[in-house]
Amino acid sequence: MEALYPLIIIMPMIGSVLIGLGGFLNPGLRKQESLIGWLATACVALPFLLILHAFLNFDPAQGAVKVELFTWMQTTSGFQINFDYQIDQLSLLMGMIVTGVGSLIHIYSIGYMHGDSGYYKFFAYLNLFIFSMNNLILGDNMVVMFLGWEGVGLCSYLLIGFWFEDMNKAKAAQKAFVANRIGDFALIIAMLMIFNQINSLTFSDIVVADFGENAFWIGLLIFIAATGKSAQIPLFVWLPDAMAGPTPVSALIHAATMVTSGIYLITRVHPIFLAAEEVLLIIVVVAALTAIVAAFIAIAQNDIKAVLAYSTVSQLGFMFMALGAGAFTTAIFHVMTHAFFKACLFLGSGSVIHAMEHMHTVEDPQDIRTMGGLKKYMPSTSRTFWISTLAISGIPIFSGFFSKDEILSSLFFSGYGNTLYFVIWGVAVFTAALTAFYMTRVTFLTFNGQERFPQEKHPHESPSIMTIPLWILAGLATVGGFLGITPLIGHIIHVPHVLNDSWLSSNAGLGDAGGMVTNRPDLINDIHHHEALEWFLVPFSIVIAVGMVMFAIRFYTRHDLAGDQKVKNFFGGFYTAMQNKFYFDEVYNKFIIKPFVWAGTNLVLWFDQNIVDGIVNGTADLISSIGDVFKRLQSGLVSNYLLLLSVGVIVIMTYLIFG
Amino acid sequence: MENLIPTTYSYLAVSAVMFALGIIGVMTRKNGIVVFMCIELMLNSVNLALVTFSKMWEVSSPDTAVGATGSMLVFFVMCVAAAEAVVGLSVIIALFRNKLDIDINNVNIFKW
Amino acid sequence: MDAAILQTILFWIFSLLGLAGAVGLLINKNPVYAALSLILNFFSIAGLYLSLGAEFLAAIQILVYAGAIMVLFLFVIMLLNLQDEKGVLKYDARRGAAFVIGIAFVAEMMYVFRSFFDDSVLGDFKYGSVEPIGRQLMTNYLFPFEIISVILLSALIGAIVVARKHTYTD
Repeated sequence: MEALYPLIIIMPMIGSVLIGLGGFLNPGLRKQESLIGWLATACVALPFLLILHAFLNFDPAQGAVKVELFTWMQTTSGFQINFDYQIDQLSLLMGMIVTGVGSLIHIYSIGYMHGDSGYYKFFAYLNLFIFSMNNLILGDNMVVMFLGWEGVGLCSYLLIGFWFEDMNKAKAAQKAFVANRIGDFALIIAMLMIFNQINSLTFSDIVVADFGENAFWIGLLIFIAATGKSAQIPLFVWLPDAMAGPTPVSALIHAATMVTSGIYLITRVHPIFLAAEEVLLIIVVVAALTAIVAAFIAIAQNDIKAVLAYSTVSQLGFMFMALGAGAFTTAIFHVMTHAFFKACLFLGSGSVIHAMEHMHTVEDPQDIRTMGGLKKYMPSTSRTFWISTLAISGIPIFSGFFSKDEILSSLFFSGYGNTLYFVIWGVAVFTAALTAFYMTRVTFLTFNGQERFPQEKHPHESPSIMTIPLWILAGLATVGGFLGITPLIGHIIHVPHVLNDSWLSSNAGLGDAGGMVTNRPDLINDIHHHEALEWFLVPFSIVIAVGMVMFAIRFYTRHDLAGDQKVKNFFGGFYTAMQNKFYFDEVYNKFIIKPFVWAGTNLVLWFDQNIVDGIVNGTADLISSIGDVFKRLQSGLVSNYLLLLSVGVIVIMTYLIFG
Repeated sequence: MENLIPTTYSYLAVSAVMFALGIIGVMTRKNGIVVFMCIELMLNSVNLALVTFSKMWEVSSPDTAVGATGSMLVFFVMCVAAAEAVVGLSVIIALFRNKLDIDINNVNIFKW
Repeated sequence: MDAAILQTILFWIFSLLGLAGAVGLLINKNPVYAALSLILNFFSIAGLYLSLGAEFLAAIQILVYAGAIMVLFLFVIMLLNLQDEKGVLKYDARRGAAFVIGIAFVAEMMYVFRSFFDDSVLGDFKYGSVEPIGRQLMTNYLFPFEIISVILLSALIGAIVVARKHTYTD
């Protein structure tokens, strides 16, 4: 079976090329929707089965499994990059998420994209995305990872702008691409610095290297790269706009997988960050800011996908807070649970939008103000959406509770080292409460309460090809948390914390340090020393989550849509700022984009037209005037040519004889 | 009388003078056919030099593979010259058809 | 007669005749006379080949050059019915330059020959007969020999294509 592992990488590529080229060259094939859809799904599902096989057969004591394909580039001075892939704990977990959730979303898309004229293109892009994402998480060196990093950026661009006839969607795609570029540039610099220092870009070399002073700068640059891809302040503005893409894309790329690649990267090279505690502080502050800002914005949005988008930004903030506390396994744990419930939420919203669109009586199918009471007509969507909402809010039993609680407690215990973390913990708890509120609000206003859509028609439940993935994801969102159960509860019911204690951080295979992920050592100690405090913290977060959900349900049951007005009165002028996304876009427009455009149209244009064109035209003019002189030699007379030829011969002969 | 006996040098001198006369002819004459004949003259002077060198350096015997290389070269030059003469004369005929004149100073369509 | 004396006589006769033919080619304004001068030059070169002992080449020289090629030239000259060339001996800048170049060329060649070749008397010479050349042609130079036939064939076709009367049909 191990010989088949290269297929994990290759299959999605083949699928993408087959579907893309086939559809491009043969328009007749574009109509074969089920063939295209199921072929694309198979090209993701097969890698998933292979990764599952690798997962079941993985032995931490043996270290990482290497899949070596071929040498990519090589110089005589010893620079060598191979297409090598590393299957270890971290990449296995990420791979399961990417291909597993990816398969479900492929199946869902078969139903969702039905009838779209770009059906084949959509699946070609989607497979290309899975290929790139596999490169990103399986590559054993930073260059292969960077290939995937750029590849997912490209696919994100292509899929956000999938309906590019709409100018706003094309612009959103461009915005995402440019924002990602800034981060990519930082990543390139970080890679160059790493290579300059240790002459290698392989992860297993990077994690054991000592970067000394440079660890701070490398760590900071990698974090900047992560803010681009994973939508943190200041580069998060592209993610809400990215919802212009088809909803399955939002679920796969902009919620479950691509946006978590920044977290993956930091976890992959976490020893650099452990060597530079200042970067961890920067990360945790930025992450906390992102989380709370996004949560506030989410409260005031009426577009169902916008709420989910800001909730994604906020949850990514939670993951980065965990990274900032040095709890890398916890961040990955939250990546996993978040992938389940957020994919489910997005697919559920897609199902709702699908239903609203098919009524043809609603102006904006994404506006929750024209929804309400949908649970009667869409029972499966409604139930799965509620399950995921409870999960993201942190209600016990559901997966989000475990991961979020673990983040909170790691932040709290980090406070013993640096009191700043207590403040961050407070912000995180407050954000968690806000999360419970706005998620309950959007779910309630969509599925419960009065029916606010025009009554002459009513929406229908989506076909089962769309609801089955929803149910699977909802199931995972429910039970997924038991993989990483809190130490306290695990202690009581004798279930080990799979991710933290025995698996992800297993250091048995020390020879392959690349696969080993450990949390900050003093953090682990703190948690063990203060177990008693967990008795306080866990119930505390349960009370907050349950209380907030209960409050929101009661609040909106009583007031329905008018509840938003009450919230507005409560926040006062601040609410307007929330509604307008704290004017991030406007500020960027005014202080960055406008000056750039001004400089582009004035300074650079002048430079281009005078200096650059001057040099180019001047060179041409110079050559032309020289030619005007020497062209006179071309008399067209054979005798003249022979004369010159003979003179040349004589000169050369003279030189040979006397020279 | 002793001074009159020809040496390698004498033959080469004749060849060099003929070659120079050929060059002068190509540069000065205007009639296309005469220019062409001057080229033939240059080819022949080179042939003469080749035969002289061949005689000077080469040991020749029917039994050995070496030798007679100079003669071979002259032989091939003659063959190529024959081919060249045919093609060149046909070009001149074509030229005459178009211009009713073969003064090469009037043929300067490659002039800048 | 002594071979050396015979060679001396042959050399002087034919080299002077050959140079005379070359000069005649240069100064005759009538192309027919120029061609005849060239034929004289070719015959003289054949004689020089003989004095060097290259009998086969001498025969070929007369057959191919004087016999075939020059007949072709004369034929073309007469076919075109050309006028005399004007101003053959008139001096102008280009002629002066050509003359200087010719002198410089000869001088340099003589200098080179003088410094690199001894002036030893040419001795007995017995390689220029048909047999060694025939052997070489059929053994070491077989491939070039075959190629020559292809070249001649392509020249034949090329000449026909170039010289034929074009009838353009669009």
